[in-house]
Amino acid sequence: MTAETVIGAVGRQAEFRTCQYTGLKVDAGAQALIKANAVAAVVFLAIGGLMGLLVALTRWPAVHLLPADWFYLILTGHGANVLLFWIIFFEIAVLYFASAVLLNCRLATPKLAWLGFVLMVVGALMTNVTVLQGDSSVMFTSYPPMQAKPNFYLGLVLFAVGALIGCGIFFATLVIAKEEGTYEGSMPLVTFGALTAAIIAVFTIASGAIILVPAWLWSLGLISDLDPLMYKVVWWAMGHSSQQINVSAHVSLWYLTGALLVGAKPLSEKVSRTAFLMYILFLQLASAHHLLAEPGLDASWKIVNTSYMMYLAVMGSMIHGLTVPGSIEAAQRRNGFNRGVFEWLRKAPWGHPAFAGMFLSLIFFGFIGGISGVVLGTEQLNVLMHNTIYVPGHFHGTVVAGTTLAFMGATYLVLPLIFQREIIWPKLAKIQPYLFGVGAAGISLFMMGAGTLGVARRHWDITFTDANLSFAYSAGAFLMMGLNGIFAVIAALGGITYVLVVVGTVLFGEKIKGGHKLTFPLHSGGGATASHYGSEGTIKLPGTIILVAIFFVCFVLYYFINWKYLSELWLFR
Amino acid sequence: MAATPPEQRIWWNEPIERVELVWIFIAFLWGLFMFCFMIAWHFIGQQNLSKEAYRIVPSAYEQKVEKFAKQFQVREEQGIPVVKPKPGEDVYLLARLWQWWPVLELEKGQSYRIHLSSIDWMHGFSLQPTNINISVYPGYEHIISLTPTESGQFGIVCNEFCGIGHHTMTGKIYVTDKKQAEAGQRLAEQR
Repeated sequence: MTAETVIGAVGRQAEFRTCQYTGLKVDAGAQALIKANAVAAVVFLAIGGLMGLLVALTRWPAVHLLPADWFYLILTGHGANVLLFWIIFFEIAVLYFASAVLLNCRLATPKLAWLGFVLMVVGALMTNVTVLQGDSSVMFTSYPPMQAKPNFYLGLVLFAVGALIGCGIFFATLVIAKEEGTYEGSMPLVTFGALTAAIIAVFTIASGAIILVPAWLWSLGLISDLDPLMYKVVWWAMGHSSQQINVSAHVSLWYLTGALLVGAKPLSEKVSRTAFLMYILFLQLASAHHLLAEPGLDASWKIVNTSYMMYLAVMGSMIHGLTVPGSIEAAQRRNGFNRGVFEWLRKAPWGHPAFAGMFLSLIFFGFIGGISGVVLGTEQLNVLMHNTIYVPGHFHGTVVAGTTLAFMGATYLVLPLIFQREIIWPKLAKIQPYLFGVGAAGISLFMMGAGTLGVARRHWDITFTDANLSFAYSAGAFLMMGLNGIFAVIAALGGITYVLVVVGTVLFGEKIKGGHKLTFPLHSGGGATASHYGSEGTIKLPGTIILVAIFFVCFVLYYFINWKYLSELWLFR
Repeated sequence: MAATPPEQRIWWNEPIERVELVWIFIAFLWGLFMFCFMIAWHFIGQQNLSKEAYRIVPSAYEQKVEKFAKQFQVREEQGIPVVKPKPGEDVYLLARLWQWWPVLELEKGQSYRIHLSSIDWMHGFSLQPTNINISVYPGYEHIISLTPTESGQFGIVCNEFCGIGHHTMTGKIYVTDKKQAEAGQRLAEQR
């Protein structure tokens, strides 16, 4: 059986070019689709990011920008645009890159891929228009009995169908590459990681369909009511799992960036791949993270699910936390930066925005998003922070300082390699990941701080001016919200810089021709490392061991501090 | 730079580096510990969320709360009854757009069976500044045995978005010391 019969289409005569920097064959069809998806991603990041700034400025007590109705409307749009549209468009681009480009293969059925793209654009626009029309300010989570207009749900469903087509194209391309023997042995690690992301995406989108299609029918009046608890269980099988797509995707990009910029190979393929497998096996249990403070659910169900089955998926992330910096250390030592414990890190390409974005993403995702996620997802500790602004604090640590920053970093590779444009304003590009990273880390930490002091999430007025029974949060809570506002402005500046550099480069960047020397160069063997299978082998990693030890100590201390807080609460059982 | 494929191409047959093996072992043990600690807290801890819950029609719950409030009302605040139930009793708290009803007065160190439910949308019971946060659903009556360990005035905030008036949804719980409570009772008897 040939690939054509497997996917039911006639093999297309693909046009290829060979990349002068990586030696990879690039299918023109795949290249156009990667461009389109990346551009759409950046557009929705710009929209959603602007909405995020408006939200943060409203929650800054001294500024309090928007009126209440607009605040809730914009907050609904912010969630959908950045958490779904920006990230999933970018992920589809990553899937096409990791399959067609890294495997030297043609992309399966580009026409169908364009259909998927159009569905995603139409869906995203439909949801945005519906939100902006008002009457659908139900927040991104849209818990019933609160109801949005039918097009709110329909837009999300269309978007999801388009994304599902994208996943299908990715799988089909893997089949073609295997059939046509475009690579030898096992597929490269980055593609393997993207494969885990795509598998989790199928699970995620299926869960989304199971809950959003009934919600749509309900909003049309065809179903009389939806049980809110059931809705939440299934909705989060989509909502949380979609964050696991992000984790798989951005960890893949960490490995890709390490490979392309310093020639990093995984320490051992087996360990890194097993860690990715843990994601497929256990991450989707995390729906329970959102159900720890709900009525009627049994403790044993909560414990098994919220811990991803004894924290085996957390173990997966902790493994990547060692192997990603470890592989960079090993490669840097091979590159000659072998003095002392940390020369490899000091002499890393910090001036290359792709590396800066990647490494900051690794640190913030681990220290801020990762540790707070485990604490927040501990059965009893959840009661301390459930639905407080600690929750957005946590997921801005994972999705903004982690995923978004990693995607921004990867963009500085996509622009020269796929768009074939030299990055304009390299000085601006150099500082961009730091600016955005500091802002994103700041908003995560200060929201977590405010949440620890009890501040509610999705709340327009923490002074309770119009409330019948008055209440006041502590002065510390107000300080935290103010600092959150300041760092949101910094993050927004970083975001605006990113959009400017990307748009400027795509439209006006110097076209890259043969023999051109890149402003931000790649490692000489980077392309081969990224697209081939192979472990680093035995090497001493004193620097990485110290970094990992610091992480572990922070993790353990923060975990027990929260148990101490819990033990001081009123008693309840 | 090794562009050539390595000898062993089947990844699950490869050996594991020592440094990785040690870290995997540590991560696994730490995960196991955290898993067991959640179970252990059910035996050694005093803060575990009850799973006792019943399905109820919202209007039936509303009637229960009204009956309870009438029975134990001691005064009124901002038009809302302040209700002082006996220790150990069932206590009903209602979430609706946009208030927590009624105001409760509890005694420090006494245990109460607190019933939580909503009659319209989802709400979030957020007791401040203590920071106890529990989701409240329409159609589900959640029962928690709660023992205040400090006295004073506590606010209840709603931390589940519930529409345009969400940020005005507050409630209140007074917790009195035992002596204070007895003095109050004597005063009432003298009258």
